[in-house]
Amino acid sequence: MAAYETLRYEEPEPGVGWLELNRPEQLNAFDETLTRELQQLLRDLERQEGLRALVLTGAGRGFCAGQDLKSIDPAQERSLGRSLEERYNPIIRRLRALPFPVIAAVNGAAAGAGMSLALACDVRLAAESAFFVQAFVRIGLVPDSGSSFFLVHLLGYARAFEIATLGERISAQEALHLGLVNRVVPDDRLREEALAWARRYATLPPRALALTKRLLQKATWASLEEMLQYEQYCQEIAGRTEDYREGVAAFREKRAPVFKGR
Amino acid sequence: MAYRFLLLERFPDDGVALVRLNRPEVLNALSLELMEELVGALEELDADPGVRAIVLTGNERAFAAGADITQMADASVVRMVLVDQFQKWDRIKRIRKPLIAAVSGYALGGGCELAMSCDMIVASETARFGQPEINIGVMPGAGGTQRLTRAIGKARAMEMVLTGRMITAEEARLAGLVNRVVPVELYLDEALKLAREVAARPPLAVRLAKEAVLKAFELPLSAGLEFERKNFYLLFATEDQKEGMRAFLEKRPPVWKGQ
Repeated sequence: MAAYETLRYEEPEPGVGWLELNRPEQLNAFDETLTRELQQLLRDLERQEGLRALVLTGAGRGFCAGQDLKSIDPAQERSLGRSLEERYNPIIRRLRALPFPVIAAVNGAAAGAGMSLALACDVRLAAESAFFVQAFVRIGLVPDSGSSFFLVHLLGYARAFEIATLGERISAQEALHLGLVNRVVPDDRLREEALAWARRYATLPPRALALTKRLLQKATWASLEEMLQYEQYCQEIAGRTEDYREGVAAFREKRAPVFKGR
Repeated sequence: MAYRFLLLERFPDDGVALVRLNRPEVLNALSLELMEELVGALEELDADPGVRAIVLTGNERAFAAGADITQMADASVVRMVLVDQFQKWDRIKRIRKPLIAAVSGYALGGGCELAMSCDMIVASETARFGQPEINIGVMPGAGGTQRLTRAIGKARAMEMVLTGRMITAEEARLAGLVNRVVPVELYLDEALKLAREVAARPPLAVRLAKEAVLKAFELPLSAGLEFERKNFYLLFATEDQKEGMRAFLEKRPPVWKGQ
């Protein structure tokens, strides 16, 4: 894998990827390099052999502060639409398309597109001191990088509207109460808890996880009739795997199954 | 008969044949030789009484990524006219048995045109359709401007042809280009299933019905309706019509003879 300036990637345990945004001085805000590198890395991870779960987190005290406003020259005319098209949207699409669960370990501020990034992950684990801000409105912009979609789907319209329009800081506890994060853990437990979650995924049948991810993503927009059909397709595929046979055999023999991703 | 660029598989119990384009190293680029073989194979299957539906596919990465550019790059007008490579494609149009394209990955240029030459398209979620010829200084030449326009309408066809932009399987479904979109693991199964369904229907009625639907692209409405009506009446000369209607009245499943 290529060397990165603004990212750190390792596989601390078999099947578990650990990805840190690594511009700690800027609370991991997105500059041109970070968005380019993140696009590249996500493309590589999609085909990474043996990877079964990914943790996405930030180095230092922030998760991701969104676009690095300091890296923008205000004198320069700039198309934000184009910036989304070329820099941010591909990241969100690739993150969502990864064929394994992605856990956001939100260690600090998740603001603007940084909040979007956390919301694009499959689940969120937050440190007690973490917080979220839909910062867009504060500088005269609108939710982007998927935030409008994720907020409405996670919270319903009214709460999404409140959060997107007031742009107030949401603490980890509030986020938990709202359903924006799955769990909150003490700051010093975040890494261990995130790894433990990822480790569980590493023992579960990968094809079933990947298909479940596809199903649930589709369910955010499709009709019941389409989902019944799609469940039929996905179950057909799952039913043809060795892992399914292993799962049933292990159940019958009252032993723990060993899934191989086949 | 052995093929160099195709793999042929038969499912005699179902009356279904499967033809795979097999030049994976070049994403199934449609060379003159491959097309020659393909058209020959389709005509042979068309004449085979054991075959009642045909599935045409590539592989997971590509249905076919276009014509073989290496064969065309330096060609002169005179040579293009003399070889008249696309004329061969007209023979696909004359295949009388139902032809189903199972598309995964790229169906670009000639690949898209080949898929559109089939009667139905089953696409994998990973399928991409496009007519990118404009990007290499030419335009679609094997039916793209005509069939795409008829399939998805002028505005959308024009955009694809003039910009070379690819569309996803889901876009293609919404536009009416493909029948259904299924996970990549199942696109071939789904196409074969559809082929089996058609193959289980009375062959003469299937043949005349296909012919009539295709006439909708050739004839004005009144002539098309007349053509349809004649085919409809003609089926009353078949044993399968008698059997089908009798079975319906007797509330039992029909047994088709193809007579």
